[in-house]
Amino acid sequence: MTNTQQRNPLLFLLATAASGLLFGLGLSLSDMVNPERVLAFLDVTGNWDPTLLLVMVGALAITTPAFQLFQKKLFQPLCEIKFYLPTRKDLDFTLIMGAIIFGIGWGLVGLCPGPALAGLSTLEPQLLMFVAAMIAGSALQKFVFK
Amino acid sequence: MEFSAANALIGGVLIGSAATIMLLFNGRIAGISGILGGILPPHKTDTLWRVVFLASLIFGAWLLPFVQGRALAVYNNNPWWITVLAGVLVGYGTRLGNGCTSGHGVCGVARFSMRSIVATMTFIATAMITVYFVRHGSGV
Repeated sequence: MTNTQQRNPLLFLLATAASGLLFGLGLSLSDMVNPERVLAFLDVTGNWDPTLLLVMVGALAITTPAFQLFQKKLFQPLCEIKFYLPTRKDLDFTLIMGAIIFGIGWGLVGLCPGPALAGLSTLEPQLLMFVAAMIAGSALQKFVFK
Repeated sequence: MEFSAANALIGGVLIGSAATIMLLFNGRIAGISGILGGILPPHKTDTLWRVVFLASLIFGAWLLPFVQGRALAVYNNNPWWITVLAGVLVGYGTRLGNGCTSGHGVCGVARFSMRSIVATMTFIATAMITVYFVRHGSGV
């Protein structure tokens, strides 16, 4: 993904900013930035809160038809020469292990990468600590334990 | 904590629209862990858009009080070492598994990718089991 050939670099950045802004607003509007809300969804034997499920339904209602169409690659993206979509189809141990490790961390505090980053403007110390640790964890995977 | 189906659905639609814009305009998957992970190490032509996306993400969430008149609630009351441990696990696990709730859950599932569907079911199930042990189990 490093050798990009953007057809329209300015529009590329504007679309990126629009996407980030809508994403962040969606996370805060749906209260996904609130770890208690996420934990209440994950706590199936407790006082269950369906919010996260409805957020997924709302998101997938938009992405499913759109992605199914774009995936056919009938046309180029508006600002790029091609769609950069994952091509792997095999299920492997690494994928499952990664998902399990992520799930444990997610369940411990109710934070996943999007909401953790989106809430940063609050400067909440717990959040800053989490994001710093998350970046360290990413770096650990990239440079040490691949 | 009051439950609002409307806020959940509208929020979800905004997130889905964000991911659709990213793919339609830029041909890319709006996976937060991947966008963040790609910054390390910085690369001449591939870093700016990632920084713009993450800054806009923070800005978009910050807008909530102006849109709905309520404050961002991110309150979390854990011992610091639990927070750090969770952060490392989330950072490590999402990169090892090539995605998180956005990349696998919102984008991959929409592509009907078997890898993403399996990953999404796995991390949701694992997180539910973890919450069960933390809240209702005897440990931790």
